[in-house]
Amino acid sequence: MKIDVFKKVPVAEQDPKVRATNFDEVNLGYTKEEAVLEASRCLNCKNARCMQGCPVSINIPGFISKLKDGDIEGAYHVISLSSSLPAVCGRVCPQETQCEAQCIRGVKGEAVSIGRLERFVADTAREMGIKPQLPADMVKKGKKVAVIGAGPSGLTCAGDLAKMGYDVTIFEALHKAGGVLVYGIPEFRLPKEKVVAKEVENVKALGVKIVTDAVIGRALTIDDLFDKEGFSAVFIGSGAGLPRFMNIPGEQSLGVFSANEYLTRSNLMGAFSPDSRTPIMRAKKAVIVGGGNVAMDAARTAKRLGAEVHVVYRRSEAEFPARVEEVHHAKEEGIIFDLLTNPVEIIADENGWVKGCTCIRMELGEPDATGRRSPVPVEGSEFTIECDAVIMSLGTSPNPLIKTTTSGLETNKRGGIIVDESEMTTREGVFAGGDAVTGAATVILAMGAGKSAAKGIDEYLSAQ
Amino acid sequence: MFEIKTKELLGPKVWRMDIYAPLVAGKAMPGQFLIVRVDKDGERIPLTVCDYDRDRGLITIVFQTVGAETERMSRLAEGDCFADVVGPLGRPSDLVDLPVEELKAKKILFIAGGVGTAPCYNQLKWLHDNGVAVDCIQGARTKELLILEDEMKAVCENLYFATDDGSYGIHGNVCVALQKLWDDGVRYDHCVVIGPMIMMKFACQLTKKLGIPTVVSMNTIMVDGTGMCGACRLLVGGEVKFACVDGPEFDGWEVDFDQAMQRSRLYKTQEGELMLKLTEGDTHSGNCGVCK
Repeated sequence: MKIDVFKKVPVAEQDPKVRATNFDEVNLGYTKEEAVLEASRCLNCKNARCMQGCPVSINIPGFISKLKDGDIEGAYHVISLSSSLPAVCGRVCPQETQCEAQCIRGVKGEAVSIGRLERFVADTAREMGIKPQLPADMVKKGKKVAVIGAGPSGLTCAGDLAKMGYDVTIFEALHKAGGVLVYGIPEFRLPKEKVVAKEVENVKALGVKIVTDAVIGRALTIDDLFDKEGFSAVFIGSGAGLPRFMNIPGEQSLGVFSANEYLTRSNLMGAFSPDSRTPIMRAKKAVIVGGGNVAMDAARTAKRLGAEVHVVYRRSEAEFPARVEEVHHAKEEGIIFDLLTNPVEIIADENGWVKGCTCIRMELGEPDATGRRSPVPVEGSEFTIECDAVIMSLGTSPNPLIKTTTSGLETNKRGGIIVDESEMTTREGVFAGGDAVTGAATVILAMGAGKSAAKGIDEYLSAQ
Repeated sequence: MFEIKTKELLGPKVWRMDIYAPLVAGKAMPGQFLIVRVDKDGERIPLTVCDYDRDRGLITIVFQTVGAETERMSRLAEGDCFADVVGPLGRPSDLVDLPVEELKAKKILFIAGGVGTAPCYNQLKWLHDNGVAVDCIQGARTKELLILEDEMKAVCENLYFATDDGSYGIHGNVCVALQKLWDDGVRYDHCVVIGPMIMMKFACQLTKKLGIPTVVSMNTIMVDGTGMCGACRLLVGGEVKFACVDGPEFDGWEVDFDQAMQRSRLYKTQEGELMLKLTEGDTHSGNCGVCK
């Protein structure tokens, strides 16, 4: 195979028309030949800028050079030193703003496709039965650490602590481990059994115990974990919280959902499958409100469940918080984007079911605090989109459960837990990271915080 | 695993189960709820806690078979296990935070409707154990549906029954019973109403007229039940609240019951289809369209 060194080796994807009707993975991943070819584009920079762009500092040239030599096991172990969830990150990280944004290849052409290579290594290692390893020189510390929440930050923190020799138990409120990886991100972007469950197994293989159905703050408090259960430190990775709504008339109508609810039904409860016992609305025409990755996930799920889908977003495409790739995939699948448009009222029929969503046109005004131009309504421009479902994807506010049941834990005005540079909260021995601290962010940022907290916990416990 | 230790039929389609769930039993308080799943494919079903035994790690649930999932629950036998029991969830009743002396000074009435008797029992028992004397009106359509009679008698100061068909106690619904007590000069200054939403709605209209501050427990649609999905939202005093973390108990005068009842019908069609599939099995083709 000949390649243009300025371009990424393309990756096979399911045909948009076909994939818009199924929940199988969109991106089919590299073959070994393609992966080795793409790896050959890496210049193996001495001062590797890509690593600086990685929130968990994976030795990127290191694993790519192993891959060039066809040493998949070696490449996997290089990644494992830094990441507990490579098959996840290879799929859902926004590489285009992180590692790949820094790649020298990107100056004159396209960056090396680091994400696809990471995914290839992780997937192939899994198929070969390769597991992450505990360091040969690891010494058991004889101390117990509790991790609250089996999402990206919790799994990362737990995996790192286990590698340092701590006895780690994760407490997960839901019946399945994975957090947003199982309830939030759809099957067609991140397969649950094939990928997420296996990554969780790999974390367990490091000796981490996972207790599901355990709601910390209710079944056990953080005080109980210290006083009764004998833990020496606690990491809170309890994730995002309650969905926001617009507070517009008609929002309580039947057929108005939060993206969290809609996605949880489909992903965690498997409601997209006709065999599931959990119901989900199969809309004819759905309006998704918002422009983030969660909005794209909700839109593409609704499409696959048979709806004509309109994404309504109050700014223009340039301001989309969603990844370019997600927007691109959504468009390919036939999702319609109504930009510079904002809902003002939801109209219901006589039985309370949604029959339309009245919107107003917007125009961009002066930049706001985030630097994005703030949208201003155009007077008299209201119009109604006929629809039978409206899915609100406007972000979340942190879960109040742990804050309200733990003394000494301070939060900021948005409800996020306050932490110092070692990720320790205002309560000694209690650390936190991920969406519980930052509000809704990305999987990899949560993992970065989990990693940094593991280091903070180790320093804290080592000083005792 | 979450083993069913005892199972008992309390009335037509009403079951009581004691389940081994030490994490839930260890901390459950009156007013809270839990979520169960029958098996690995099961839906998450929220249920209020009827009773708990901290020493033996047992929690008691009472449920009526109304849909496919509760039907499947009722088919489990003693010794079988639920795949999941998670809790306690939601905030405990405000009553348990009040000083006992203050509770004793109050004249409290509970109004229990149908299987709503179970969560009332939990609160009544707690109050009784703390030496607080409380009255209760227990209502149902007919005598057979009045559950936990002996247990309720043991924890209530005065227990009044009301049946729609007059087969037991006062002839009429719980509102008729409350009005009758009021007309007889009985006075209350706090009321807790738990039962079907339609009953809570009318009971609240009456207590508002009589000026008795009232708390209700909202059994809304839920998925995770831990403050993540937002399915359980309802309007209380015009504001969006979430039953799973803000409730399940709310000021009954402020709850928008009409909207809550409407929202509870959201998945009725799908639930009906699942029930037909379960009860009619392979003979149900779905082609006649009646179930749609």
